[in-house]
Amino acid sequence: MLALSDYLVLSALLFSIGMAGIFLNRKNAIVLLMSIELILLAVNFNFIAFSHFLGDIHGQVFVFFILTVAAAESAIGLAILVVLFRNRDTINVADLDSMRG
Amino acid sequence: MIEKAIFYFFAAVLLLAATLVVTARNPVHSALSLVLAFFSSAALWLLIEAEFLGIALVLVYVGAVMVLFLFVVMMLDINLSVMREGFARYLPLGVLVGLVMVLQMLLVIGAGVVDLVPEEQVAAAGALDGNNIRLLGSVLYTVYVYPFELAAIVLLLAIIAAIMLTHRRRGDTKHQDIAAQVRTRKADRLRMVRMPSERDSDS
Repeated sequence: MLALSDYLVLSALLFSIGMAGIFLNRKNAIVLLMSIELILLAVNFNFIAFSHFLGDIHGQVFVFFILTVAAAESAIGLAILVVLFRNRDTINVADLDSMRG
Repeated sequence: MIEKAIFYFFAAVLLLAATLVVTARNPVHSALSLVLAFFSSAALWLLIEAEFLGIALVLVYVGAVMVLFLFVVMMLDINLSVMREGFARYLPLGVLVGLVMVLQMLLVIGAGVVDLVPEEQVAAAGALDGNNIRLLGSVLYTVYVYPFELAAIVLLLAIIAAIMLTHRRRGDTKHQDIAAQVRTRKADRLRMVRMPSERDSDS
């Protein structure tokens, strides 16, 4: 029988892989976006696991909204990337320093 | 027992695919690994009876978002060698941060000090029996109807924003200016010229 901790541990591992991905690929903006998708997936795992093991459907409604917002986010993020590449010929995050941040 | 075996199989595939996403040399391979990760997650969600969300994950993410990712990855001409610079330099830091976070979360989850789910609530977990989609729909269209509408507006905004951002206006194309057409008056285009109706043929 599956336990809640199984899903929580899996979600923790997934979250950490996504987090490490942000550190490892700090040049490539596309892989950065994919790492953010992994992190959101880990959060969704937590919501669904708790929803199932507490017998509460509202957690799954939250996952539904997270999926919606994440889809919108990646669509706009990729659009920004396309415009960025058109204007600067690069998606290297280190090159985007025109605001001196 | 078979449930446990299925869980571990899909969890292993999921973690392997996630690792490939962040370590693959080629962004196309990263995107394809992310597709595999989403598929495995959908299977794991089906395993704990979140059927609607599992199918939605496959349809929305694998069907739409990842195709968009692949589109952009293949459209952009990226210099891969430049992108890999600093990978080895940041590897110790990234692995360290990841390990520390896993350890911290395992301490919370596994120690047993924190009572994540009270026993009596686990016992009552049979409340979600029945049709997952019916349950989800019965709260989504009643309690959460305004957030649902807002989610629709967010998606609409995303469509408009993506189109407005990437739409390129070319200067050399010919197009109608409807406002100028409507605004025009007879005097702008028609010039009355007074001229004699006939001429002398010998002049």
